[in-house]
Amino acid sequence: MSKRIEVNDLNVYYSKFLAVEEVSLVIEPRTVTALIGPSGCGKSTFLRTLNRMHEVIPGAYVTGEVLIDGNNLYGPGVDPVLVRRQVGMVFQRPNPFPTMSIGDNVLAGVKLNNRRMAKSDADALIEKSLMGANLWKEVKDRLDKPGSSLSGGQQQRLCIARAIAVEPDVILMDEPCSALDPISTLAIEDLIEEMKADYTIVIVTHNMQQASRVSDRTGFFNIAGTGKPGRLIEYDDTTTIFSNPGVQATEDYVSGRFG
Amino acid sequence: MTTAVERPTLKAKERPGDRIFSTSTIVSGSLILAILAAVAVFLLVQSLPAFVADPEKFKGDATNFWQYVGPLAFGTLWSAFLALLMAVPIAIGIALFISHYAPRKLAQGLGYLIDLLAAVPSVVFGLWGIGVLAPLVQPFYTNLVEWFGWFPLFAGPVSGTGRTTLTVAIVLAVMVLPIITALSREIFLQTPVLYEEASLALGATRWEMITMAVLPFGRAGIISASMLGLGRALGETMAVAMVLSPSRDVIFQLLTSQNPTTIAANIALNFPEANGVGVNILLATGLILFVITLVVNMIARVIINRRKAFSGAN
Ligand SMILES: Nc1ncnc2c1ncn2[C@@H]1O[C@H](COP(=O)(O)OP(=O)(O)OP(=O)(O)O)[C@@H](O)[C@H]1O
Ligand SMILES: [Mg+2]
Repeated sequence: MSKRIEVNDLNVYYSKFLAVEEVSLVIEPRTVTALIGPSGCGKSTFLRTLNRMHEVIPGAYVTGEVLIDGNNLYGPGVDPVLVRRQVGMVFQRPNPFPTMSIGDNVLAGVKLNNRRMAKSDADALIEKSLMGANLWKEVKDRLDKPGSSLSGGQQQRLCIARAIAVEPDVILMDEPCSALDPISTLAIEDLIEEMKADYTIVIVTHNMQQASRVSDRTGFFNIAGTGKPGRLIEYDDTTTIFSNPGVQATEDYVSGRFG
Repeated sequence: MTTAVERPTLKAKERPGDRIFSTSTIVSGSLILAILAAVAVFLLVQSLPAFVADPEKFKGDATNFWQYVGPLAFGTLWSAFLALLMAVPIAIGIALFISHYAPRKLAQGLGYLIDLLAAVPSVVFGLWGIGVLAPLVQPFYTNLVEWFGWFPLFAGPVSGTGRTTLTVAIVLAVMVLPIITALSREIFLQTPVLYEEASLALGATRWEMITMAVLPFGRAGIISASMLGLGRALGETMAVAMVLSPSRDVIFQLLTSQNPTTIAANIALNFPEANGVGVNILLATGLILFVITLVVNMIARVIINRRKAFSGAN
């Protein structure tokens, strides 16, 4: 299920504003890639181009290509809806649907593909996905309660369960732990470690330790100044980025001597 | 062995701003209650004679107040219900189009147009109902009765003028459409982007996003908007009085020349000539209209509260 991502000469725009410039990189299947960099350098913007969520914002567009197993997401005739079913996403703020029960939240994406599911299949899938997100034990007795009745960390794991229930090829996470306490954060990091076996994972984080703990490869984004586009400064094995980076700016940033 | 510990009462320092604000909210809140109570008391006191009035004081063949008001209450509810049945789906459709489909420029223009429509006085709608709509739909009614006369609601004989319950319901629907649309549009625009994006990221099409995120969030708001529309339809006087020639029977058929009139229209038509206990009778029907409106709104509240935990408001 896991797939390779190749990005070639990607420029990302908000109307006339060039937010991210000339990104090219390759992400191997079954790896965790961390994107780090100062605020406003375009990490979220770049991440959202990988499942065509970027263009949801009015006036936003990209040039260049993103290939998943060789197929260009931005090729003519590609349906963004199908892309998003292949490339799942977890947002910075936990966003389970408060109008749905916990169980229905897990099934939300699956029901889009296949409306009529046997009750037993649905229950099995709910259990499997919640197990996969390490949430099953905590919620198994209250699957019919609203999604908003959980704690922030539980809500975020519910969102992960919702994302993996559709069995995507790639999972994107935009600062998934920034609203969570250290214990929930560790729980999610462990989860990412396990999920690596099945998925290609790209995660944006501001937490250096987290990047070094969970990722195999790390990309460092930076901007030259306000109003300038963000660029991918360095992209390498996580150990290299944190111990022996090739660029001075990277070293300044990961060692905390930045801005 | 518990010893009673005296709990110190913590009291925050009162700031003048808080004081002014809380006083003004309390005053305006009680003012609404006081006005409502005054209306209710006035209606109640004035209505009392109607409940014990002599049989011959009632128009038509009613012998007591309940027989008199029953068909009117039915006509009121029936025409308002039909109007909502037509208006709500269309209003939601237009509101969704404006909020989620139309290009920004077009959406703005349409929004203004809808707001303008909401300000058109009901006499104009009444004139339009008699002058334009009724003649326009009459041939269509004839066909409807011919082909679907077996269906009880469309049973004949068809009205020759087109001035029927269905015409009234259409006029009412057009009247309440703008207010329901305008409110629903505002509500749909308030859907948190967070949840819209959550559904899109799962691979929802725009319509699926609307059914997953926008409509569930707007549910309570749509019901409230419909209630405001219903309020206008229930109380509408001129349009109904102008279009229908009054009759006081319980008639479900939509297309015949016998059509139940409504409480408000009945008051408007009969008030000028009413005297003595006749005035009290009309006021008593007004009391019934007041009660109907209250009950309908309470039912709407109950529906909204039933799924409160899932409303997204927490
Ligand atoms: N919806 C938008 N419309 C216009 N410009 C935007 C929009 N969202 C982000 N930008 C701009 O794009 C640039 C990159 O923003 P982005 O959110 O990708 O940064 P980020 O690296 O994720 O920052 P953070 O670490 O604070 O989340 C910023 O200059 C930002 O102002
Ligand atoms: Mg961001």
